[in-house]
Amino acid sequence: MASTTNEEVTFLDAINQALREELDRDQDVFILGEDVAGYGGAFKVTKGLLDDYGPERVIDMPLAEAAIFGSAIGAALMGMRPVAEAQYADFLACGFDYIVNEAAKYHYRSGHPVPVVFRAPSGAGVRGGPFHSASPEAWFAHVPGLKVVVPGTPTDAKGLLKSAIRDDNPVVFLEHKYLYRHEKEVLPEGEYTIPLGKAEIKRQGTDLSIVTYGAMLRRSLDAADKLAERGHSVEVIDLRTIYPWDSEMILESVEKTSRALLVQEDVRTLGIMSEVGAVIADEGFESLDAPVGRVTAPDSPVPFSPPLEDAFIPSVERIVEAAEKTLAF
Amino acid sequence: MVDDKTKLELYRLMTLGRAVEDKLFSLYRQGRLLGAIYLGRGQEATEIGAAAALKDGDTLAPTHRDLIAQIAHGIDIHRIFMNHFGRADGPTRGRDGNTHAGDMSKGILYNISMLPDGYPVSTGIALSFKLRKQPQVAMAYCGEGATSRGDWHEALNFASIKQLPVVFIVINNKFAYSSPNETEMVIESVTARAPGYAMKSATVDGNDVIAVHEAATEAVERARGGGGPTLIEAKTMRMLGHAGHDPADYVPEELLKEWEEKDPIKAYKQRLLDESVLDEAKIAAIDEEHKAAVEEAATMAEAAPLPDGSEVSDGVYH
Ligand SMILES: Cc1ncc(C[n+]2csc(CCOP(=O)(O)OP(=O)(O)O)c2C)c(N)n1
Ligand SMILES: [Mg+2]
Repeated sequence: MASTTNEEVTFLDAINQALREELDRDQDVFILGEDVAGYGGAFKVTKGLLDDYGPERVIDMPLAEAAIFGSAIGAALMGMRPVAEAQYADFLACGFDYIVNEAAKYHYRSGHPVPVVFRAPSGAGVRGGPFHSASPEAWFAHVPGLKVVVPGTPTDAKGLLKSAIRDDNPVVFLEHKYLYRHEKEVLPEGEYTIPLGKAEIKRQGTDLSIVTYGAMLRRSLDAADKLAERGHSVEVIDLRTIYPWDSEMILESVEKTSRALLVQEDVRTLGIMSEVGAVIADEGFESLDAPVGRVTAPDSPVPFSPPLEDAFIPSVERIVEAAEKTLAF
Repeated sequence: MVDDKTKLELYRLMTLGRAVEDKLFSLYRQGRLLGAIYLGRGQEATEIGAAAALKDGDTLAPTHRDLIAQIAHGIDIHRIFMNHFGRADGPTRGRDGNTHAGDMSKGILYNISMLPDGYPVSTGIALSFKLRKQPQVAMAYCGEGATSRGDWHEALNFASIKQLPVVFIVINNKFAYSSPNETEMVIESVTARAPGYAMKSATVDGNDVIAVHEAATEAVERARGGGGPTLIEAKTMRMLGHAGHDPADYVPEELLKEWEEKDPIKAYKQRLLDESVLDEAKIAAIDEEHKAAVEEAATMAEAAPLPDGSEVSDGVYH
């Protein structure tokens, strides 16, 4: 069911397409989660799948994250390719053990593959408050044995999810919920996948490299537009896969631009960009003409009230301001 | 036996709960409220009947759905509106929204989304009462959906091992989000699990406030007297969607009709009229009183200032 029209597809529908294509391709693929069948998921990502694939391949689970993630792992150990959904990424915490202990360490100990995907809507910006807005990529990127993906565009979401399902390792796949209905584009024709572990240059530039991912991609691109009006040529790189991440592309870009600004929605301390910054400092030091800049959320839970949440999430203005500082150094 | 004064108070609390939620829902539909909204319409008899069995000094751990129970344990309704409006002087100072707030000075816990976290936490509260030899009781609420989690079972097991002064209330409202009972469990009643923990239990008509109140009072007083924990399941119906955005078209029309007939307030009002505990004049006076209180609280909250963005990381630590 590859898209063949040149209609724009939302981030959400792109994910739905990826699930359909993989359900079509491989009988071992199945979906499990809370309210994913008849209801089509809290965000309607799995809408229509029950009708087309039936209740043995789209399974409603009780409110029980350990049962969801643990069962998915068990089936994966038997060679199936389950796609487990957490209703919100915050609820990954309720079955954390299964992801970080069971799934992550199985292959290291046994040499046996664990082809499971844990999907979850992550991120802030929808007035979801402290329990419906998590960006937990760093929790999982810190655990050897897991792959972590956070797409920023519909095209990437589709191609990366297909790769995640085909991957023989456990993959935590975080879908920024703000993007579900805000990002739309015409998808590539025909079937395609996008490899895990490869970043992409989303905008070419020569003066500064902005490295980002997820919902901060759009804001970084908007910031790059504003900076262009002021005469700065900014390159924007989307990590896409958080682990294993594409240090090669980032180092090449920094070699070209000599300046780096790292942008993440997550809190500052020990976020993804802490690692990216450390690697640039280690391996790209010679290329740098300025200290590596960082734009992040503050170290606080994600607040609910609009003025607080708006101050929490890095804005285009904050990115522009930080970029100008790095450029002026 | 529930005396007339208590009967009247239960009526007053149930109707206040409904008035507060009706106002919230109307504000939500007008786009004036921020964030999500979770309503307990149809559950008032259980929300009030159980929590009203608590005394000062006892604690209540509600879930997202149990705003009305907070009213029974003494929450000031201003706090409710201030939190839903995300205001600076609300109970979470805008840090959290909707029903995710409480009042620690009244023993009403600030509930979080993760279900049923109030169960193990209430077990710990009860442990502290026991260790300090305080004659207090912890009460935890959750929906039947949340009983599927291991955490729920862990709480019951530990409470039973230590014979802790805790009362577990399960509101079985037939749905967990879109999922009906059959997809959540194969037993008729959640209390079928109580023998596994050698725990006393009761299944009650969740639309009968007197039945709920009597069962809860017995359990609370048993707990207070050192008799250990109790599990109470109240059978009722979630009359609205899971949250404000959810039209709940997965709920059969007939089921809603059937339960509309059993509306807990309607039935109770008639009962109190029949028993001459209430008369039409009193009913009207109570309605007026609620309306004025709710309008005042909502208006005040809407006019109150939002927090300032510069405070975003204030209050993370003590
Ligand atoms: C651990 C956990 N997983 C998922 C959710 C998302 N969620 C919120 S309410 C809900 C359904 C709860 O059903 P039930 O326990 O019966 O309570 P009710 O909403 O009916 O009052 C779900 C799945 C959650 N809050 N916590
Ligand atoms: Mg329920």
